[in-house]
Amino acid sequence: MSTPGAELGAGVSLRGAPKASPPPPTKRSPAAEELAQAMDIDHARPLVAPVADEDIPVADHERRIAGLRASTWPRLLAPLVLGLAFLGLWTLVVRVRQIPVYILPEPWVIAQTLVKDWSSLSGSLWITLSISMAALTAAVVVGMLLAVLFTQSKWLERSLFPYAIVMQVTPVVAIAPLIIIWADNVMLSLLICAWLVAFFPILSNTTLGLNSADHHLVNLFQLYRASRWQTLWNLRLPAAMPYFLGGLRISGGLSLIGAVVAEFVAGTGGAESGLAYRILEAGYQLQIPRMFAALTLVSLCGVAIFAGLSLISHLSLRHWHDSAMRREN
Amino acid sequence: MSALLPPDGASAVPAEEVAREKPLLRCRTVSKRFSNGTLALKEVDLDVGQRQFVSLLGPSGCGKSTLLKLISGLGEPSAGEIEWPTSAYDAMGHARPDLSFVFQEPTLLPWASALRNVALPLKIAGLSKPERLARAAEALAAVGLGGFEAAYPRELSGGMKMRVSIARAMVTRPRILLMDEPFAALDEITRARLNNDLLELWRSERFTVIFVTHSVYESVFLSQRIVVMAPRPGRIHADIAVDEPYPRHSTYRTSAVYATHCSTVSAALEDAMDRRRAA
Repeated sequence: MSTPGAELGAGVSLRGAPKASPPPPTKRSPAAEELAQAMDIDHARPLVAPVADEDIPVADHERRIAGLRASTWPRLLAPLVLGLAFLGLWTLVVRVRQIPVYILPEPWVIAQTLVKDWSSLSGSLWITLSISMAALTAAVVVGMLLAVLFTQSKWLERSLFPYAIVMQVTPVVAIAPLIIIWADNVMLSLLICAWLVAFFPILSNTTLGLNSADHHLVNLFQLYRASRWQTLWNLRLPAAMPYFLGGLRISGGLSLIGAVVAEFVAGTGGAESGLAYRILEAGYQLQIPRMFAALTLVSLCGVAIFAGLSLISHLSLRHWHDSAMRREN
Repeated sequence: MSALLPPDGASAVPAEEVAREKPLLRCRTVSKRFSNGTLALKEVDLDVGQRQFVSLLGPSGCGKSTLLKLISGLGEPSAGEIEWPTSAYDAMGHARPDLSFVFQEPTLLPWASALRNVALPLKIAGLSKPERLARAAEALAAVGLGGFEAAYPRELSGGMKMRVSIARAMVTRPRILLMDEPFAALDEITRARLNNDLLELWRSERFTVIFVTHSVYESVFLSQRIVVMAPRPGRIHADIAVDEPYPRHSTYRTSAVYATHCSTVSAALEDAMDRRRAA
């Protein structure tokens, strides 16, 4: 195979577009020549002016406006405009109908409360966030380990998987009181609750992913007499990545929900309490703007977790997986 | 590479030399019955000489791919033996010589660059990183893909992916290369180019090839010997020698001898089908 890049031209050109060649001289039959003369058409001159390679414009979505791709702007602006319109409508309704602040505060009042109470709310935000992240980390470790064990032994999978499902379908609110009784530390019990909710999507997605490796590639590894460990590390784990990352994004949101729900059930007070307790507390005291402020923080927290995990997913898949590719037709 | 080639006009492996040597591979009354009861292969006897280029030709369902899988060790025959008379048993109790397989699909790791894909068998074999990457780069260059080390499979055309797949098969310097309809999914022009390049590789590296195809023309162009198989149950119907010298250029494709071989092989193939219908 000594012809370098033999059929490369026929495939994807990675080395820039080929230069245009001059159009071949046209040869016409005498009859066509006669007709052309009769109609006074000069065939030597093309009907459309030739276009130089550099003048062919890039597709619209490739143009950049203020540093961002033209196609990115609508994606950013559309939800932003909708959100602002919603807040405007909210303000309008509250003012026109004169709804009291203890029923529904204006968005602006909520924002002010958020700034005013930041010192106490930020502490709770930090606690809720760290419980969620710790639960997610534990879910990743346990979910991945179990998934790997399941692929190594069908028997282990058969015996354990039903119980994993039982854990998943039991509502966390129902078992949270038990866990709070059993665990002597409130933080630990919240962590266990959040972990219970978060770990199943990682387990089931990773198990599916580990079993989805292309069977021709599995054959190839067998042919080269790869060990189980080599096949796992070089084939099954990378093949499972898209599935795992899909599960991770679901679990990220669930770990936050688990942490908040468990805290609602635990209802602990004191300095070391998360956003859920702030919401309960503000509700008891009829400090509705503060309640909304804490709620806003919970939502922002969830959005931030989702965005962070999406970024991780994109960065790890961008070279090869269809989900992370930009399509250009 | 060209320095290693035998002079033009001479066959890479003279027929008499093949006959004198022990065969590399010996299939003795190999049968295969699948768990659903289908008899895929019935009593196949086949010797393949060292450095021979053999094609297994037949309609779909004749068991040619099954036979290739059994030879590769991916499956066990239900009856009969697959022997490697020239290979000594290794520490693991395997007698198989170094063997590579090229599938119909390129079967590359989509998350790894072309270079890392080619280096994979060496990684499994436990070679150090600098050594395996150097050898992989060499193998990529040998299939005409120098400069594409960093490209991911999805950035390559079908023909280029197949070249990467061949480079990966060659990087271990195998004694036998098994190919399962490797070019069936490619367009005619790419297929002809890859055929030429495969022959050149085979002539310079002197390994054995067992090439499964359903194309009469491809098998006559490539091989020294064509084993025609008949379906249901899969068995060997004819064993046809193509004693034409290498290198075989494009002119060979249009020559009269080529046409004669093609019609002989086509007739054998049709006969294989007819006999089944008569039975």
